[in-house]
Amino acid sequence: MELKGRIIYKGKAQGEALVTSMPISFYGGVDPNTGVIIEKGHELQGQSVKGKILVFPQGKGSTVGSYTLYRMKKNDTAPVAMINKETETIVAVGAIISEIPFVDKVDILEFKTGNKVTVENDTVTII
Amino acid sequence: MELTNQEQAMLDGKEGYAVRKSMEILVALGEIFGAKNLIAVDSVQVAGVSYHNLGDAGLEFLDTLSKDGKVKVLTTLNPAGMDLENWQQLGISIDFAEKQTLVIEAFQRMGILISCTCTPYLIGNLPLYGEHLAWSESSAVTFANSVLGAKTNREGGPSALAAAFVGKTPCYGLHLDKMRAPDIHVSVNTEISKLSDWGALGYAIGKKAENKIPYITGIKTAQLDELKSFCASTVTYGTKPLFYIKGITPGAELQVQPSQTVSIESTDLKSAYDNINDDVSDIDFVCVGCPHCSIKEIQEIAELLRDKKVKESTEFWVATSRIAKHHADNRGYTATIEAAGGKFACDTCMAVAPLKGRFKALATTSAKGCFYSRQNLMKTKMGSIKECIDAAVTGKWN
Repeated sequence: MELKGRIIYKGKAQGEALVTSMPISFYGGVDPNTGVIIEKGHELQGQSVKGKILVFPQGKGSTVGSYTLYRMKKNDTAPVAMINKETETIVAVGAIISEIPFVDKVDILEFKTGNKVTVENDTVTII
Repeated sequence: MELTNQEQAMLDGKEGYAVRKSMEILVALGEIFGAKNLIAVDSVQVAGVSYHNLGDAGLEFLDTLSKDGKVKVLTTLNPAGMDLENWQQLGISIDFAEKQTLVIEAFQRMGILISCTCTPYLIGNLPLYGEHLAWSESSAVTFANSVLGAKTNREGGPSALAAAFVGKTPCYGLHLDKMRAPDIHVSVNTEISKLSDWGALGYAIGKKAENKIPYITGIKTAQLDELKSFCASTVTYGTKPLFYIKGITPGAELQVQPSQTVSIESTDLKSAYDNINDDVSDIDFVCVGCPHCSIKEIQEIAELLRDKKVKESTEFWVATSRIAKHHADNRGYTATIEAAGGKFACDTCMAVAPLKGRFKALATTSAKGCFYSRQNLMKTKMGSIKECIDAAVTGKWN
């Protein structure tokens, strides 16, 4: 299935989807050294976003989260691409400074964890 | 978003990495928030300076940007995590100080004024009515929009830096007159007397006008230090970073009083104090200066502390800008305060210094200071400058 979204940061990536219906706070909610989500009570708590196509509604929490994504990219613990329902400043800025392909305005209900997904600019394909 | 040829060239990387990244950020934010174009800004205020908040991730990014990034407009800096000169006396570790110094050096390379204050309007970054800005410190944003009548959104650290490197910001939100109309009328029906009452009022209005632009009536007079405190409080506890006070702030007379009305009675003010004040009497930390003390406030502190001694088990900080401290030195206020055992915390404040676990209970004049100190696991008490000085001298809140 092919879906069209809005490009926040252009690029190509391919990987396995990791999907949540809950917003993610990168600052304090994700361990930048491992990529593991550590926020208590988050439905992805204990799972790593490293190398995944991370599908979530939007970011939340401190604006420092943009820098956390940058740190994760440098540490090789970042997702290979991200998909949001409707993004906000923190994750958008984080994706741009970290150069992580990022698309929003996509129906995230179409995705299940484990789906093989490709992202190419504004086009998302579930294989 | 429509870009000029020059803006497109910046986006294409003709002016280097920092400008290209900045344009990518500004264009993406413009698209997200529906801006049609970029607009020139007259000044920038950058938050995200404390190493405590930035961590190694932020430091690394700032370092990369500083390789070819130079600001195009007057740009000032928010408080850092420590006094840049006197950090040892304030109990900051050497490791922290080294990292914080690297952060400051990166900003220095970008051509930013190392002002390290949340009151840029007191130290030489004073916007005029109607000017467009890209400021990020929430109390300063509220002051610029409301008390000065300038126009700025509440930027994050990276988007403010991006605006500084490009000299522009996407035109949306509070840059547009139609987005600056008040949407709730707040009738204040009680006396506001001491400084901390303004903090309590900000709390009460923040809760009743959450995410709204208040049009406030019933306030007869207001001084700069009072408005500075109110700005910090009302935005911390919930409103948008813009308000109007009829008869006091510029442009209020051009706005229509909204039909939806809430009132603030003496009971609301009391309930604000009850929420901000914890049940605690032993005080081991007293901090005045959130937002940073003006020279007038420092004078008042010095007069109250003359010939007194701060209790040995209590730490007393005057948080202010280095420029205000310079005037305090010349007037002898610094000598008086230090002779009493008080300390100056320039360039920093209780909201961004690494204080978690260091103190059990804070006394302050600031409602915003209480909010952030609770995150640092302190119990909090808010009162006048005199009540804070009494707490510093006795180690007790009465």
